[in-house]
Amino acid sequence: MNEYTLLILLLLISLLWFYFGNKTALSLKNKQLKLNSLPHYYGIYVALYSIIPSLFSYLLILVFDGILFSNLIMEFVPKEILNSPDFNKIIVLAQIDNAVRGIYFGEQPDWVTIASNQMIEWNNQSLILNFFCSISLALGIGYLGFKNIHQEFRSRNSVEKIIISLLGLSSIIAILTTIGIVFSVIFESLRFFAIIPASEFLFGLTWNPQFEGAERAGSGQEGLASYGSVPLFVGTFLISLIALCVSVPIGLFSAVYLSEYANKKERSIFKPLLEILAGIPTVVYGFFAALTVAPLMRNGGSLIGLDVASESALAAGFVMGIMIIPFISSLSDDVINAVPQSLRDAGYGLGSTKNEVITNVIIPAALPGIIASIILAVSRAIGETMIVVMAAGLAANLSFNPLDAVTTVTAQIVTILVGDQEFESAKTLSAFALALTLIVITLILNFYALHVVKKYREQYE
Amino acid sequence: MNKNNSKMLTADEASKIVASSVIRRRKKDARLKTYGRIAIGLAVSFLIFLFVSIFSKGIPGFFQYYVTLDVYLDRDRLDPKGDLSPESLYNGDARSIVLESLYKVINPKGRKEKKAAKKIISSNADVRISKMVLDNSKILGKTISITFAVDDDIDSFLRGYIKRETPSSERRINDTVIKFVDKLSAENRISYKFSDYILTGSASRSPEIAGIKGAFIGSMLTLAVCFIIAFPLGVATAVYLEEFAPKNRITEIIEVNINNLAAVPSVVFGILGLAIFIGVFGMPRSIPLLGGMVLALMTLPTIIISSRAAIRAVPPSIKDAAYGIGASKLQTIFHHVLPLAMPGMLTGTIIGMAQALGETAPLLMIGMVAFIVDIPGGVTDPGTVLPVQIFMWADFAERMFIQKTSSAIIVLLVFLIFMNAAAVILRKKLERRW
Repeated sequence: MNEYTLLILLLLISLLWFYFGNKTALSLKNKQLKLNSLPHYYGIYVALYSIIPSLFSYLLILVFDGILFSNLIMEFVPKEILNSPDFNKIIVLAQIDNAVRGIYFGEQPDWVTIASNQMIEWNNQSLILNFFCSISLALGIGYLGFKNIHQEFRSRNSVEKIIISLLGLSSIIAILTTIGIVFSVIFESLRFFAIIPASEFLFGLTWNPQFEGAERAGSGQEGLASYGSVPLFVGTFLISLIALCVSVPIGLFSAVYLSEYANKKERSIFKPLLEILAGIPTVVYGFFAALTVAPLMRNGGSLIGLDVASESALAAGFVMGIMIIPFISSLSDDVINAVPQSLRDAGYGLGSTKNEVITNVIIPAALPGIIASIILAVSRAIGETMIVVMAAGLAANLSFNPLDAVTTVTAQIVTILVGDQEFESAKTLSAFALALTLIVITLILNFYALHVVKKYREQYE
Repeated sequence: MNKNNSKMLTADEASKIVASSVIRRRKKDARLKTYGRIAIGLAVSFLIFLFVSIFSKGIPGFFQYYVTLDVYLDRDRLDPKGDLSPESLYNGDARSIVLESLYKVINPKGRKEKKAAKKIISSNADVRISKMVLDNSKILGKTISITFAVDDDIDSFLRGYIKRETPSSERRINDTVIKFVDKLSAENRISYKFSDYILTGSASRSPEIAGIKGAFIGSMLTLAVCFIIAFPLGVATAVYLEEFAPKNRITEIIEVNINNLAAVPSVVFGILGLAIFIGVFGMPRSIPLLGGMVLALMTLPTIIISSRAAIRAVPPSIKDAAYGIGASKLQTIFHHVLPLAMPGMLTGTIIGMAQALGETAPLLMIGMVAFIVDIPGGVTDPGTVLPVQIFMWADFAERMFIQKTSSAIIVLLVFLIFMNAAAVILRKKLERRW
C-alpha cells in the first residue's frame, strides 16, 4: 500500500463512475427518452466529478504533509543541536530521512532513531488519512454527480465548462512559474543585500566569496570575502563579445548567401547543417572547448610566443560563438526573406548588381530584424552556462585580455549552488543576487529585441 | 553621384561611365558571394571538426583491452558458506583467485613484482567472477578461461597514450608492469574488444568499469516525467490561449509571460527548482521526478509556442464545417482542430524534449550531480542523467575517462539525432497542404 496504489485506485474509481454514468444514460435512452447530450458525456461528467476533488486532496496531502512533518520533527532534535552555531536544518532532515529509508552507517544517535520512528509513524498516518480523504471524496462527490443525471440534464455543457476551466487553469502554470522564479530570486537577494550593500555588489571590483565556516575557522581567510560583481560582468561581457565576433560575421554572411545567392539545393543542404549546431547540447560544446579547443589555442599561442591560460576566455568565447551561429543565421535569414521581392526587383530594374541590392536595399530594410537576432544571440550568450563552467574556469580576474582566465555570472551561480550549501550565508545568497541581475539583463534584452521586431513588422504589412 | 549632375548626359556618355565601372561592380559582387561561401564553409567545418574530434575519441571508448586468464574456480574459497548467496560470494576470495591465475602466467618474483602485477587487472575482476558463479553455479570447481578488463592505466599504455620511452619515474606504470604486459601480449592473452561496461555499467570512479546505464535510465525517467507534465499542459495552454481566452489584460500578461519564460536562461530554472521544489515543498534532491518537473517548466514555453502555431495553421473552413453540422466549440476543437494540429504540436514537443535531454545546468543545481552507483528503479530514486554524467566524467583526471566521456556524448548525440529526425519525418509525413 503506497501512494501509487492509491493513485491507481482513484483512477479506477473514476473509471467505475464513468461506467455507471454511461450505463444510466444508456438505460434512459433505451426507454425511448430523448437525452439532452450523448450518453458518454454523462459518464465523463460523473468521472470528472469524482476524480478532480479526490486528486486535488491527494496532491494537497502529499505535498503538505512533508512540509508539516519537517517542521514538527524539529521538536525531537535536542536543544544543544538546535542551538549550536552550525545547526543546519537541511542536514538534520537528511539524517532523519536516511534513517527512515534505512540507509545509515554505524551507530545512530538516539534522537535520530526516535525521530525517524516518529516520522515513519506520521508518514503511515498521513497515508491512511490521504487514503480515507481521497477515496471518500472520489466516492462521495462522484455519487453527487451521479445523482444529477436525469433526462433533462445538460451534461455536455457541464463537461465542457469543466474542461474549459481546466484549460484555463493550465495556462496559469506559466504565470505561476514566473512568480516562482521572481519569488525564489527576490527574497534571497533581499537577504543578501541586507548583508552586503547593493553598491558594493554592483560596483565592487573583487569577487571572492567565502563560506562563513571558512571565515570563522581561523583559516586565514577571515574578512577576505568580498562580493563585488564587476569582474563577473566583465568576464561575461568579454566572453559574449568574443562569441559575437565569431558568430555575427559568420552568421550574417551565411544568411545573406543562403537567402540571396544559394540555389535551392544548396539551401536545403546547408540550412539544416547550420541548425544542427543549435541542437548540440551545451555540455558537449563545453567538453569540446575544454579538451580540444583550449589546448589547441594554448599550443598555438605558445608557438607565436603568447601566454594563453589553459582556461582562457578565448576558447570559451570561440566555442560559444560557434554555438550561436545558427541563432543569428536562421533569424537573419527569416527577416531577409521577409523583405518584399518588389524591393529587390526595383533595385535590379535600376541595373544594380546583387551586391548592391543586398547592401543598399535588403540589409537596410532587414536591419531591425538583424539587430533583434543579434540581441537574442547576446542574451543567449549571457545566459549560457555549461561552456563557461567547463572551459572558462572560475578565477574571477578583472581582465579584458581574452587570453586570461575569466569567469562569468552563470558559472559562479552554478559553482556556488552545486553541492552542499550553507543557507543564510552570504556566499549562497550571492548566487541569488547574481541570478536576479542575470534575469533582469536577459529580460531587458529580450524586450528590446521584441520591440525592434514589432516596429519592423509594421513597415511592410 | 556624379559631380556634373546639372549637365544632361547623352546615352553614349552614360553607357561609357557604366561600362567602366561594371567590372569593378561585378568583382565586388563576386567578393560578397565568396564571403558568404567562406562563412558557410567555416560554420560547416566547425561542425565537422566538432564531430570528428568527438567521434575519434569516442569510438575507441566503446572498446577496451581485456586479458584472458585460466581461472580455477575453487568452490571453498569462492563460496565459504556454501549456500551460493551473494553475501557468501562477497565474502569469498575471488580477488586472490584471479591474481593467482595471473601469477601463473607471468611468474612474478618477490613482493615488489607481485605488487606490480596486481595493478594489471581491474579491481572489478572479483565482481565479475561472483556474477558468473551466481548466473551458473555449475562452473564451480572447474578451470575456465575468463576475460577481465585491464586496469585503466594498462589500457592507456596499450593504446599508446602512456609511452614506453617516457622515463619510468614520469610514467604512471613502472617497467615491471610493462614487462608483465608484454609477456601477456606475447602469449596472446590481451585482446581488444567491445567494452562490456560502457553501455551496461553504472557510474564508477574506475574508468575501465564505468558505464552509462544508470545515467541513461535516469535520463529516460526524467524525460518521461518531463513529457507527461509538459505535453498536456502545453497543449491545454495553447488551446486555451488560441481558442477560448478573452482578449483582455490577463491574457495579454500570460502571453508576454510565456515569451519571456522562453528567454530565461536555463540556470534560473535550476534556482527555481532549488528554492521552490526543494526549499518550500521539501522534495528530495537528485530524483528524476524533480528533474523532470524543472525541465517541464523549462520546455513548456517551446511547446506552447509551437502548439499555438500549429493550431493557428488549421484553416477556419474546417472549423466552420464542424460548426455547420452542429458541433460545439469544444467538440470542434477536440475532434477536428487538435488531430489536424497534432503533427505540428508533436514536432514542437519533440524539439522541446531534445532540448531537455541535453540540458545540464538546471539539473546540476537540483543535485542530480551526486555520485550514484545504483541504477534508479523509479522516478523517486536518486539518479543522474546523461549530460550530467558527461559533465562529471569530463572533470575526472584519468586518461581513459576522456574516451568514455566521448562515448557517452556519442550515445547522447545519437539519441538527439533520432529525436530530431523523428520530428522532421513526422512533419514531412503528416504535413498537409490546405
